[in-house]
Amino acid sequence: MPEVLDLSLYAKPAGNGTLGMELAVDGIACGACIARIEGAVKRLPGVTEARLNYTNRRLHVSWTDGAAEPAQILQALEDSGYHGHPFVPQRAEQAEAAEARRLTRCLAVAGFAAMNIMLLSVSVWSGNVTDITPETRDFFHWASALIALPAAAYAGRPFFTSAWRAIKSRALNMDVPISLGVILALGMSVVETANHAEHAYFDSAIMLLFFLLIGRTLDHAMRRKTRAIAGNLAALKAETAHRFAGDELVSVPVAALKAGDRLLVKPGERVPADGIVLGGNSQIDESLITGETARRKVTSGTTIYAGSMNYSGALTLKVTAAGGAALIDEIEKLLDKAASAKSRAMRLADRASRIYAPLVHATAALTFVGWLAAGATVHDALVTAIAVLIITCPCALALAIPAVQVVASGALFRANVILNTGDAIERLAEVDTVIFDKTGTLTLPEPRATGVASLDPELLQMAARLALSSRHPLAVALAREAQTRAPFDGAVEEPGQGVRALVDRVDARLGSAEFCGVVQPAAGEIGLSTIYFARGARVIAIAISQTLRPDAVNVVKALAHFGLDVRILSGDRDEAVAPIASALGIAYWQGGLKPADKIALIESLKANGRRVLMVGDGLNDAPALAAAHVSLSPISAADVTQAQADAVFLGERLKPVLDAVAISRRARGLMTENLWLAVIYNAIAVPIAIAGAVTPLIAALAMSGSSLLVTLNALRARRA
Amino acid sequence: MNVLIYLVPMALGLGLAGLFAFLWALKSGQYSDVDGAAVRMLSDDDLEK
Repeated sequence: MPEVLDLSLYAKPAGNGTLGMELAVDGIACGACIARIEGAVKRLPGVTEARLNYTNRRLHVSWTDGAAEPAQILQALEDSGYHGHPFVPQRAEQAEAAEARRLTRCLAVAGFAAMNIMLLSVSVWSGNVTDITPETRDFFHWASALIALPAAAYAGRPFFTSAWRAIKSRALNMDVPISLGVILALGMSVVETANHAEHAYFDSAIMLLFFLLIGRTLDHAMRRKTRAIAGNLAALKAETAHRFAGDELVSVPVAALKAGDRLLVKPGERVPADGIVLGGNSQIDESLITGETARRKVTSGTTIYAGSMNYSGALTLKVTAAGGAALIDEIEKLLDKAASAKSRAMRLADRASRIYAPLVHATAALTFVGWLAAGATVHDALVTAIAVLIITCPCALALAIPAVQVVASGALFRANVILNTGDAIERLAEVDTVIFDKTGTLTLPEPRATGVASLDPELLQMAARLALSSRHPLAVALAREAQTRAPFDGAVEEPGQGVRALVDRVDARLGSAEFCGVVQPAAGEIGLSTIYFARGARVIAIAISQTLRPDAVNVVKALAHFGLDVRILSGDRDEAVAPIASALGIAYWQGGLKPADKIALIESLKANGRRVLMVGDGLNDAPALAAAHVSLSPISAADVTQAQADAVFLGERLKPVLDAVAISRRARGLMTENLWLAVIYNAIAVPIAIAGAVTPLIAALAMSGSSLLVTLNALRARRA
Repeated sequence: MNVLIYLVPMALGLGLAGLFAFLWALKSGQYSDVDGAAVRMLSDDDLEK
């Protein structure tokens, strides 16, 4: 009887007796996929709506309660060639979506106001040099005020609230001078307008908000996009567990597991949750947890951890801790310690604003005092001082870093690196030491057949095709070598032994030495498993082992070329680490390390002033990732580990690590360059403002010119 | 220049109309899948029905 897949966890009531579900969908290649996916799902009886969001690759389905099953929807997707998995949107993601809408609304209001005020301002500027009457000018100024004041009150809120928060905690950020500049410019302009003055700065204040909101909205949109993709990857990675409901098995998503559930873990599957083995004997591969590649024997009573790969036999498991709560105590304690000890690197923008804000305010104050001392009236001195604040309002400065960040995270995204934290780019650029974990990071997460070139290709192909019929991890590894994906008819799997089939009427077997009738098995090497294939009298032995990522050697060489100190810290035994280190040409390596040892080594490097990039995937690496200056992990990593990493990289290759460092270094260079451009702009504009020669026209030109300059410069971060 | 008394408010009114149209579009979710909108117009599956 086929096992039932129970996905009721994800179905949410949507009113009118319908249920709704969100699915992340993989394999969408082009626009035609939209119609294919929606069509396939809508054809199911009971489905009332299916809408695919092509931007974030998510499908929303609703159906009449009882008329359709979530599992049917998944099956319909699978039948039309797409893989989908339901997911629950993270609360952080929903909050960000709301924030994005708020920013876009602010941007729209600021854009509307900036355009209309500029229309009026240009008329005033041209009128001032021709024949505008004071009455018309006043009318235009009041019209500008009417637009500017409500618009600023609405569109300026993101800046005002952030500035207020900073002031309340006795700190300064870039939003403090921005808010002060905008409020003073508007206030002064109203007073000046009431006094029938020639100049008002409504346009400057609103344009400033408009430019800054563009930067902020883009920054936000980019972060949201990478987060949505990371969310999809996590949902698609989610596995199902076989839970006993009485004597029957029901497939449930891992997220639905609770402590006390009884599960069946079949050979070739990952253990879905921490638990105690109730029955069965098997060997498990715990490399994702400890980095150890040798397999451990487990029997009833043994505690096993989520993420282990079950090799030989089926196990019955009692869940002790489910899902994300599952953590080995030792790791948890270390994680807490590492996270609290982590000195938060101060972000470049914060450092710049800490110098910049007091400097600007002091300059404005000095201007006021200076003009008073030189005999100007209080009114004139105040107007000049405020003009200094307006012209120095850090438009270019506040755009200098986010603009680069947006472009660089786009470049990283194309290089298969997905950022988890906003300031990872800055920290990646500062790195001088790279520490790799071995298992699953330098090597591929799944084992591969090695030395296949020396085997008889005909027998190898038969063995690989036969391997397609088995779920044993070694067979799965061998099956990658198969050139045709068609399994042999009538292949039978003997649990714990191997698979056999009749190939051209001759008995062929794939499996253990005894199963294939091999009398003298080859001596086992560490980290190497041998699988035998016999057909008639011909026998071959195929070695399966952890293999390096295909480009590992070149990437390590290139990292060293960058002047980085590359090291390996592994939880695996020395004998397993040594050959990898020598193949990669890495002189400094250590094996047999406990998570605490890894942290200690990273801490000692940090004490010597090193900035460490840690790349790791195992649960045992999680504390080390948290302790390092910046961290990366492959997408195959344990969930806890991935949550600690500053960025995640996709695919089989190691090149994203190299790209991440290269793109970040370039971005950091551009950020500094942009900051200098902003400084140069101020060095030219401030003396003019102090001299009292700034008109609204000059302010508008200077501001938009400098913003455009830093944005164009930031675009250069596109190239790696 | 008395014409300005009603020309300027008219210009503003038109601008505001545009602004509210955008805010309405944003609220009704027309910007939630911009890539999808670009490719959906090429699909002609509505002709079969």
